[in-house]
Amino acid sequence: MTMDLQSCVTIEKEWDIVKARQLGREVAQKAGFGTVDQARIATAISELARNIYLYTDGGKLCFEIIDNVEQKGISMLSVDNGPGIEDISQVMEDGYSTSGGLGAGLPGVKRLVDQFDIQSEKGKGTEIRAVKWVR
Amino acid sequence: MRIPILKLHNYLLISIQVEMDDNTAIQFQEDLLDKIHQTGASGVVIDLTSVEIIDSFIAKVLGDVVKMSDLMGAKVVLTGIQPAVAVTLIDLGIHLQDVPTALNLEQGLIKLRQELGE
Repeated sequence: MTMDLQSCVTIEKEWDIVKARQLGREVAQKAGFGTVDQARIATAISELARNIYLYTDGGKLCFEIIDNVEQKGISMLSVDNGPGIEDISQVMEDGYSTSGGLGAGLPGVKRLVDQFDIQSEKGKGTEIRAVKWVR
Repeated sequence: MRIPILKLHNYLLISIQVEMDDNTAIQFQEDLLDKIHQTGASGVVIDLTSVEIIDSFIAKVLGDVVKMSDLMGAKVVLTGIQPAVAVTLIDLGIHLQDVPTALNLEQGLIKLRQELGE
């Protein structure tokens, strides 16, 4: 499996959410995704970046193109040093929100991508890896 | 960044052409309500033709501004939602129920007239 260099955006300010989804869309375009999937990827990134911005002291989002024999895709990795998520099944429920939002965030992201893994440790942070494949 | 709001007779017209961050969206919400108050506009069209992404936050701001305007007595129609944006919103689980929409600005104005009984 060969991989392109990883590109990352540090999420500290609100504008970094926009920066992350713009960079993600660029990478998705390079990987060969169509317009609809580009929008799905940019939206998933926006949700992940906003979670870092709202709930943690900072973190980053990294993207890379996955290019192997069978398939091509984009990997999105969200890493933060936040408080961690105590009950992952709760945040994966539609409509659950602590910020007064729509509660569409994480379950929404899961529906927008093809693979979704979340690992979280209380007091240490959360790591989310999402992958979308080119059809 | 401010999104311009144009007045046409008793309608307000907005075409969102900037990459919307959270602050811009919130600022727009306030600006629009102020403008409705100042002008006494009865209808508003928000055109989203140039918007390439609507995430859950922007969707909430848009849905809220429709309800807020409604409370003040002005009807809002969202127009020009791109195919990719429509797909993404439904995947996200956001249905924007009770929000009047139309294909484009022209259809939006027709819908406003119907909603307002003009």
